[in-house]
Amino acid sequence: MKKKTRNIKVDYLARVEGEGALSIKIEDDKVSDVKLKIFEPPRFFEALLRGRDYKEAPDITARICGICPVAYQMSAVHAMENALGIKVEGPLRDLRRLIYCGEWIESHVLHIYMLHAPDFLGYEDAIRMAKDHKSVVERGLKLKKAGNQIVALLGGREIHPINVRVGGFYKVFSKTELNTLSENLKWARDAALETVRWTATLPFQDFEQDYEYVALSHPDEYPFNEGRLVSSKGLNIDVADYEKYFEEEHVEHSTALHSVLKDSGSYFVGPMARFNLNFDRLSPIARQAAEDAGLKGKCNNPFKSIIVRSVETLYAFDEALRIIEAYQEPDRPFVEHAPEGGEGFACTEAPRGTLYHRYKIDSDGKILEAKIVPPTSQNQKTIENDLREFVPQYIHLPQDKLTWQCEQAIRNYDPCISCSTHFLKLDIERV
Amino acid sequence: MSDKPIKLLVIGVGNLYRRDDAIGVVIARKIKERNIEGVTVLEQSGEGTALMETWKDHEQVFIVDAVSSGSAPGGIIHLDASKESIPAKYFSCSTHDFGVAEAIEMARVLDQLPTNIKLFGIEGKNFKPGEGLSPEVELAAEAVIREIIQLVSSKSQ
Repeated sequence: MKKKTRNIKVDYLARVEGEGALSIKIEDDKVSDVKLKIFEPPRFFEALLRGRDYKEAPDITARICGICPVAYQMSAVHAMENALGIKVEGPLRDLRRLIYCGEWIESHVLHIYMLHAPDFLGYEDAIRMAKDHKSVVERGLKLKKAGNQIVALLGGREIHPINVRVGGFYKVFSKTELNTLSENLKWARDAALETVRWTATLPFQDFEQDYEYVALSHPDEYPFNEGRLVSSKGLNIDVADYEKYFEEEHVEHSTALHSVLKDSGSYFVGPMARFNLNFDRLSPIARQAAEDAGLKGKCNNPFKSIIVRSVETLYAFDEALRIIEAYQEPDRPFVEHAPEGGEGFACTEAPRGTLYHRYKIDSDGKILEAKIVPPTSQNQKTIENDLREFVPQYIHLPQDKLTWQCEQAIRNYDPCISCSTHFLKLDIERV
Repeated sequence: MSDKPIKLLVIGVGNLYRRDDAIGVVIARKIKERNIEGVTVLEQSGEGTALMETWKDHEQVFIVDAVSSGSAPGGIIHLDASKESIPAKYFSCSTHDFGVAEAIEMARVLDQLPTNIKLFGIEGKNFKPGEGLSPEVELAAEAVIREIIQLVSSKSQ
């Protein structure tokens, strides 16, 4: 008997950053193939960096993604500082956490309110949602603005921040300048708490998998820039050993690389990984909000990542206020240093997950080699696995509904294809 | 009638490392060099909520961006967003799913759209990673710069 075959193709993935495509093949009501296709090679920036001065890396890599430039700057400066043997501590280290708080807020709020929430409330997009939920969308925009204000002040401007440099910052700030942020941040912390409560009321499908979560882990703090790289299945390594444990695979259907753990395959980075591995280091208000939302230190349902993102947003506001309150202006804006040859490694926690940078520089500070592994390329295999497990539950749905469910399953990861490539188009086809 | 000058804003949207996607930024920089009194010129990545924040409090806004509509490279599209909705397909070349078109339509729903907002779209040819514009796009840029300078100069006086 001839097999009954259906193909689900989505040429354009709505509400996903960048451009890519998804195709799913269904034979006799069973999923036989899932391909998340990424069109463009992510290696342009690594090539662009070769031959440039080490001090240029933060500003060049910041251009990779308009949503998370700070993450690229942070991974770049920490990797360079690792190569040069310098350590940034005290208020300068705190300012870096503060600017990262701003970026998490911007990125998470954008995803929660503009890209993800319409899925749960049954709207095609945020514009249609805003017609019925104006005050909710306005709250989202105000929250995002509060994140923008942190990045704009510390980064020197809102878009493409320019104030971050190897060793610290070009310019640092007085306590009075930072205090200008506080009043609005206090409002925003309350609004972020409301956001956690609101996301917890959304309808969620049951979907849990046995993921291996990977994130930075620091003994004393929820991770941004520093820590060991740990996993929920026992990995615990120095960041410098990243390439001993992780590798990037070429896959036939994609020009991007899929990152895997050499021993165990696919893994999961991002807010849910950080949350599951670092729950006890969230601040009390964020921990309590998560528990009240039904997440008692554990979340294995990627659809509920919208709650986790809102918990991390609340944490970021709370942490920003803590840093500003404790801040003492440093004596100098950056740690003096001279270029010397070497190799440096860094992982930092971008909004979407762990972002790895490695650089080799010569004695004049010229970049000889650069390697960048963005979070989305690390999650790609896990997204494909999710779809393989997820689609059979919804196989009875008409094409448009099934397509939407698949898109939603992909949006759970807030994939920023523009980090690994630029464009994302999603294709789902049934025959 | 008030003598207060109209607050004019020119926003160039783009990514310098995505070839023709850079055109909005390239044009904004050239206009900024002219230092036209009363005109603010800004660069943006195209993320929609940031755009909405940027154009608040401005009465006349000009946005310049690369577009991808399938027409001939270098073609110039004029859209008066104050009067017509923006076909999202034009700006799908943006890295951002909540981009220029979405920001305009969202602002319209929330009553946050500037009174006058015009878009200049330049049809791109090559959006691959890299630096440098296609010749057709570079040529179109000159025409757009002339047009915008003429428009803002007459309005800012």
